[in-house]
Amino acid sequence: MGKRSVVPFGPQHPVLPEPVHLDLVIEDEKIVEAVPSIGFVHRGLESLIAKKDYNEMVYVAERTCGICSFMHGMAYVESIESIMNVEVPDRAKFLRTIWAEMSRIHSHLLWLGLLADAFGYESLFYQCWRIRENVLDLIELSTGGRVIFSVNKVGGVIKDMDSDMLAHFLRELDKIEEEIREIQKTFLLDYSVETRLKGVGYLSKQQAHDLGCVGPFGRASGLPSDTRTRGYEAYPQIDFEPIVSEIGDSYARCECRILELYQSIDIIRQAIAKIPDGELSVQVKGNPDGEVFTRVEQPRGEAIYYVKGEGKANLNRLRIRTPTFANLPGLCETLKGADYADVPILILTIDPCISCTER
Amino acid sequence: MSNIFNFTPTVLKNLFHKPVTKNYPAEPAQYPERSRGHIEIDIDECISCGMCVRSCPTGCLAVDRNEGTWTINRFDCIACGYCTLKCPKKCLHLTPGYQTPGPQKKEAVYQKSPEVLEAERKKAAEAAAKAAAAKAAAAAKAAAAKAAAEQAQPAAESAAAAKE
Amino acid sequence: MSKVICPPNVLEEIRLDELLKRVIELKHEGLRLAQACAAYAQGKLELSYSFANDETYELTTLRVIADVDEEVPSITEIIPAAVFYENEMKEMFDVKIQQLSLDYDKKLYRIEEDAPLLPESVKEERRAAAAAAGDAAQAAEEEKKEEAQD
Repeated sequence: MGKRSVVPFGPQHPVLPEPVHLDLVIEDEKIVEAVPSIGFVHRGLESLIAKKDYNEMVYVAERTCGICSFMHGMAYVESIESIMNVEVPDRAKFLRTIWAEMSRIHSHLLWLGLLADAFGYESLFYQCWRIRENVLDLIELSTGGRVIFSVNKVGGVIKDMDSDMLAHFLRELDKIEEEIREIQKTFLLDYSVETRLKGVGYLSKQQAHDLGCVGPFGRASGLPSDTRTRGYEAYPQIDFEPIVSEIGDSYARCECRILELYQSIDIIRQAIAKIPDGELSVQVKGNPDGEVFTRVEQPRGEAIYYVKGEGKANLNRLRIRTPTFANLPGLCETLKGADYADVPILILTIDPCISCTER
Repeated sequence: MSNIFNFTPTVLKNLFHKPVTKNYPAEPAQYPERSRGHIEIDIDECISCGMCVRSCPTGCLAVDRNEGTWTINRFDCIACGYCTLKCPKKCLHLTPGYQTPGPQKKEAVYQKSPEVLEAERKKAAEAAAKAAAAKAAAAAKAAAAKAAAEQAQPAAESAAAAKE
Repeated sequence: MSKVICPPNVLEEIRLDELLKRVIELKHEGLRLAQACAAYAQGKLELSYSFANDETYELTTLRVIADVDEEVPSITEIIPAAVFYENEMKEMFDVKIQQLSLDYDKKLYRIEEDAPLLPESVKEERRAAAAAAGDAAQAAEEEKKEEAQD
């Protein structure tokens, strides 16, 4: 048995995209235990409900995260809509679905780039972000924002997409899919990538279940949970199957996310084919009175919104459980027994978004 | 060892293609039509109702009804577009073009043109005069009613005294 | 068409002393702890522990209503992954959680203010009570001193 020592890791580290601090107990080069600590970027968004009314909070909820911003706004308006029994028009539901999947594509491409950066494959990193730029252009064309869409409101959406724009989306998506196929080969077959990812950070299905892992991180270990199958927005009318892998190592997590890229493109194609005509939003009157738990599937996994209103314009409680918050215990488990050199990659494989975890 | 040159075709392709990035400062940036760059106001349409001020999530707007001004702190504005939704006259617009950086936060003040302001003041004065007239009439009515009640009261009192 | 299973969420109100028993039962049913949070309403703390079923997508929420100063047992002995949720409850609402397996001592988010989401009135009452207790203790001490002098 070697000598144990504690190595602090983060919050500032060349490969960390987000501020998280880990106290790593190491024995020789192996991690024995990892204790995470967060709280470097706490913003107190949840307490803003005292100052903003429930309509203004849409814009606050959207700014919880800079990557899955649209889905935070969507989960929030969906919560308010289900408390107030508002029936959203079908067209708005389909538009929300399209935008949600667009943000999943751009988030996964961003993650693939960061992963490539973490194992030192700089040119692959550039290539991923180059493809992502096209996705962002499409998003900017349709919503006006690159990462903060601001198209949701309680009762529907603000902006519409006409048939020309939808056709343009389809054309561009074909090109994007082709480009993803090109980089897929490198991620899944390349010798140097395989040696960094295969067999690193194994998490069994039972462990993933016990630790409450969600999203691609849990699905790569064999958890079949994809909250989109719960059937919110237009997902009930779209044909898709959750992508699950039984392997449970870093390679499986990478594979799951790449396959989800194709899945998202497919969902957008189906949604564009089926989108009905009609109104974009309905008028909403009154204040929310009641409480609800809403679950949506974000790129990083299942997010839970707890909204409690008491018939006033200001909510009583808004609670956002982000996917990274649920994946932190899983991260600590995967770190146990890993090599010190693999820590950055393992932190990246949960796709950490510490800033939205702290809200 | 067949798995080591997967990325080479992509690299070669990138090498012989022209760059996907723009030569930005030399070539102007292109924004799509819907781009949420900054808020513009048709100041003469504005009725200074203050809906935008009350709805702004960051509180970056100010309206002065008497001076006829509309003030925005562009560095605080998050271009969410909520004010454009709330504006009853639809005189606020989101237009492309982002706020340029600067050494300090500055406020942009929009002033209504004198003719519009004059017309509005006249209208307001007329409305105020009307309201004042109505108020005066109401006050006179109330006073008359009070006087009547006072007159009635001593009579009742004297009646009560007579009874005793 | 994908199979859509959207059962309504279940909300189960239980007493505080039943909490651990129900959590063990739900864990043995194979449910995953999805979230735990606290809220303040009508002078009481509402603690919610949500359990997700990954096959039927049902969300079962255990709702415990506790007094502001009541001691709440930690569920981390049963579900170790609950440690961050309970630390958050403790920091945001000052829930008196007993026997946390890993206690960040109200510094998970490193907020300076104590219990930021608890209404000011509750904190005011608490301060007043603490001051009163402090006064009483001081008075008792002074009395003791006087007695000793006598």
